[in-house]
Amino acid sequence: MTRATNNLPPVTPELTLPKLLIEQARRLGAGKVALREKEFGIWQSFTWADYLRRVREFSLGLVSLGLQRGDKVAIVGDNRPEWVFAELAALCAGAVPLGIYQDSTATEVGYVIDHSDAVFVVAEDQEQVDKILELKEKIPKVRAVIYTDPKGMRAYTDSFLIDYAEVEKRGRELDAREPGLFDGNVALGTGSDTALIAYTSGTTGFPKGSLLTHTNMLSMAASLIAVDPKRPDDEFLSFLPLPWIGEQMMGVASALLVGFTVNFPEEPDTVQENLREIGPNVMFSPPRIWENLAASVQVKVMDASPLKRFAFNRAMPIGVRMADCRFQKKEPSLGLRLAYQAAYWGVFRALRDRLGFSRLRSASTGGAALGPDTFRFFHALGVNLKQIYGQTEISGISCIHLTGDVNFDSVGKPIPGTEILIAENGEILSRSPSVFSGYYKNDAATAEVLKDGWLHSGDAGYFSEDGQLIVIDRLKDVMHLLDGTRFSPQFIENKLKFSPYVKEAVVIGDKRERITALINIDMPIVGKWAEKQRLGYTTYTDLSAKPEVYGMIEAEVRRVNRDLAKINGTAVISKFVLLYKELDADDDELTRTKKVRRGFIGERYKDVIEAMYDGREAVAIDAVIKFQDGRTARIKTSVAVRDVAKGE
Amino acid sequence: MAQAASGTTTATPILELRDVSLHFGGITALDGVGFTVNQGEIFAVIGPNGAGKTSVFNCISGLYHPAKGSILFEGREIAGLTPARRARLGLARSFQNIELFKGMTVIDNLMLGRHIHMKTGLLTGGLFFGPARREEIRNREVVEEIIDFLEIQAIRQKVVGTLAYGLQKRVELGRALALAPKLLLLDEPMAGMNAEETEDMARFVLDIKDERNTSIVLIEHDMGVVMDICDRICAIDFGVKLAEGTPAEIQANPNVVSAYLGETDVLFNI
Repeated sequence: MTRATNNLPPVTPELTLPKLLIEQARRLGAGKVALREKEFGIWQSFTWADYLRRVREFSLGLVSLGLQRGDKVAIVGDNRPEWVFAELAALCAGAVPLGIYQDSTATEVGYVIDHSDAVFVVAEDQEQVDKILELKEKIPKVRAVIYTDPKGMRAYTDSFLIDYAEVEKRGRELDAREPGLFDGNVALGTGSDTALIAYTSGTTGFPKGSLLTHTNMLSMAASLIAVDPKRPDDEFLSFLPLPWIGEQMMGVASALLVGFTVNFPEEPDTVQENLREIGPNVMFSPPRIWENLAASVQVKVMDASPLKRFAFNRAMPIGVRMADCRFQKKEPSLGLRLAYQAAYWGVFRALRDRLGFSRLRSASTGGAALGPDTFRFFHALGVNLKQIYGQTEISGISCIHLTGDVNFDSVGKPIPGTEILIAENGEILSRSPSVFSGYYKNDAATAEVLKDGWLHSGDAGYFSEDGQLIVIDRLKDVMHLLDGTRFSPQFIENKLKFSPYVKEAVVIGDKRERITALINIDMPIVGKWAEKQRLGYTTYTDLSAKPEVYGMIEAEVRRVNRDLAKINGTAVISKFVLLYKELDADDDELTRTKKVRRGFIGERYKDVIEAMYDGREAVAIDAVIKFQDGRTARIKTSVAVRDVAKGE
Repeated sequence: MAQAASGTTTATPILELRDVSLHFGGITALDGVGFTVNQGEIFAVIGPNGAGKTSVFNCISGLYHPAKGSILFEGREIAGLTPARRARLGLARSFQNIELFKGMTVIDNLMLGRHIHMKTGLLTGGLFFGPARREEIRNREVVEEIIDFLEIQAIRQKVVGTLAYGLQKRVELGRALALAPKLLLLDEPMAGMNAEETEDMARFVLDIKDERNTSIVLIEHDMGVVMDICDRICAIDFGVKLAEGTPAEIQANPNVVSAYLGETDVLFNI
C-alpha cells in the first residue's frame, strides 16, 4: 500500500472519496477554496465547507427520491461544480456514478444509460434533457432526470424531470428529519466499493465500462503525487470532459487527496481566456490540446507584426537547442545559457503568459503519444511537459517522465507501486493497486485483458537500457510492409500533424509495398494561407481539392519524409490524398476522445485507398455525410492522388 | 423544441393600435391599421415586401408620428411621446439593419442599454464614487445576467464590429433586453442567418417570453419560424390590415392567401 507523502492522508483500505471529502472539509473548512466557477463574469468560489454542504444536500435529496446503495447515477454535461457535487453525492449514498461525454449523440447516451442500469440521470441543461427525453422509451430503468440549469425548461411539464435545486431542498428536509443519515451512509462505504464506472469509447464497437474502486483511484493519485508533487495551494483548470479518466484523476481523486483548487471555465469556448486568468500550476491534457496550443501559437506568429515575428523566429531555435540539451542530459554551454536567458525574457516569458502557463509547474500529456516536435516546442518555452502512460483500466496511469529525465521517445518510468512486464509477444503488462476490477457486465472482455492480476494493455513496447518504457504502438496497429519493414502509423501521423496545416492524418501500408496517407487539412489555417496566396475557395471540399493546397501539403509531407528517412530508412510516405471532409466522431470515424478508428476508415475510404495503390491519379467520390442533428447531405467530387516520390 | 404554453392566461392587452394611418406626401403608408397585442404573447406582423411592417414598428417606437389614430401602451396613449419617453415606459426594439456602436465592446453596448435606468448625475458619475459606483455595479449585474442568458460570454470583451453577423444580431437583442422592457419589438431578428443561428434565435425569443415575462412583437419573413413560435399574427398588405388571428387562422384566410398569391407555398408547405 502506498505511503503518505508530504502530509497527505494515508490511503488505507477503508478510505473512500466521501470520507476524504469530510476529512478535508474538517481540516480546511471555510478557510480554503475547493472549487471555483466563472459565472456572470466573476470567479465564484466554493470553500471546502460549501463543497461538503452541497454534496450532503444533493446526496440526501437522491436518497429521498429512492436512491439505494449500489444503484447507478449517470451524469452528463459540461464541467461545472454540480457535476462533481452529483458524483460525490452518489458516492456518499453508496451509489456508483458514471459520466457520459457531453457531445455524445442520443444513441450513444441511450446505450450508456441503459447498459449501466442508471436509475437517475443528472443532466446539465435543456440540450442534454432533450436528448434523454427523445430516448425515454429505450431507457425504462431511469426513474428521474435531474437538470441543473433551468433555462428553457419552464414549459417542460414531464414529471420525469426534476430541478437540481428541488432535489437539494428535499435533501435539506431529510437532513432535518434524520441528521445522522448522511454520516451513517458515508461510514458504510469502504475502499473496495466501486467509485466510478469509466466508459471508454473504444476504437472498436460499443463503449465498455471499467469498474474502478476508491482504492484504485486513491492509490493511483497518491503514487502519482509521490513522483510529481501537487500542493494544497495549486490551481487546476478542469476543462476536459469529466467522464475522461484523466480528468477524474486530477479534478476529483488528486484534488480531494491534496486539497488543491479546481476551477471550472465559464463556457467551453472561453477556456483559453480562463486559462490565462487562473494561471494553473497543474495541467493534464491529451496530445490534441497541446498540439492545438502549439498550432495556435504558430498561427498567431504568422499574423504578428514583423518585429514580433523576427523575435520569435530568433528565440525559438535557441529554446529548441536548450530543450535538446536537457533531453540528452548534456550541460548547456555558457553561451547557450546566456542566449536562452535573453530569449526567455524577450519572448518566452510573454508567450507563456499569453498561454496561461506563467505558473505552470506540473504539465503532462496522456491518452496517446505526443509528437516529438510538440514536446520540443513546450520544453523550448520552459514548460516541463511530461508524458503519462496508462489505461482507463489502471485508473489512468502506470508510467510518467521524471523531472530531469524527459525523453520524448519514452513514456518514463513506472510510478511507485506499479510493476511493468513485457510479454513474449512484446505486449506491455502492468500490475498495481490501481488495476480495475473488471468491465461492467462484460466478463468475456474482462477475461481478455485481466489475467492473474496483470493488465494486458494491447500496446507493444520495450524497456530502454536506462529503464524507461518505450511504447511502439497498439500491438494490432504496428504495421509491416510487404518487404517486412516494421513501422508505426501513429508515429508518422504525429509527425504529419505537427504541421499546422494538417488537422488529422491516417497512415496506411500494412501488408502493402509502400506507405500512403489520408490527410485532413486544418480549414481555418489553410484558409488563412489561401487568402494570403489570393486563392479563392468556398467549402472545405473545395479548398482541399485546390492544386495549390496539394502543392503546399506536399512540401510538408516531404519535410516529414526527410525526418522519417533518418529513422526508418525506407518507410516513408509515397502518396497521399487530401480528404474532402473532416473525419468526425459523428460519422464514427473518430472516437469521442478523437482517436482515429482505423478499421472503419479503411472500410469507408476503401476506394480512395485503393486508388493510391493501383496508379490512378484521381478518384470520383459520391458519398453521404451525416450532420450532428441527423440530417444528411450528398457530396459529389473528385479527389486527386499526389505522388510524393515523383520528382525527388 | 418545447411546446409554447398558451391560451390559458386571461388576455390583458399590453399594446393596442387603433385606426393608425401614416402618409408620406401623397403616399399612404398605413391606412387605418389596428391590432391588439396581449400580455405575454409573441405576436408577428407579416406581409409582402413594402407592405408597411417597418412603418408600423416605427409608429410604435416613435420614430414616425401617425397622422391619425391612437397607440395605447398599457392603456396609455403614447402616440405623442418621444422615442426616449416610450423606452422609459418599457418599450424596446431591435433594428432590421444592426444599429450597434461598432467601435465599442459588447459589454459597453449592453451597459449603454442600461442608460435609461441610471439616475446618478455627471459629477458623481465622473468621480465614480458612492451611489454612482453602486449603480454601475448593479447595472453590470443585470448585463452579466443577459450575457449568460444569450450565451455570449466568450465575446464579452470583443469589439462589436469584429463579430460575425449572427452574433451582432444577438448582441443587439441583448441591448434591447438591457432596457428591461415590458414589450420588445424585433424587426426581422432572423434575417440573414443560417439554419442553426435561426434555431438559436427562435429559442431565445421563446425563452425571453417564458423567463423574462416580456411580450414580443416581431416582423419576420421566415414563415416557418413565425408559424412555429408565434401565438398570434397580423397580416398587412399595402398599408391595410388583411387579417389577425392564430397561425392556423392566418393560414386559412383567403385574403392572406391572395396577398401571397404565387407564394402559397410560403404559408402552407412549411
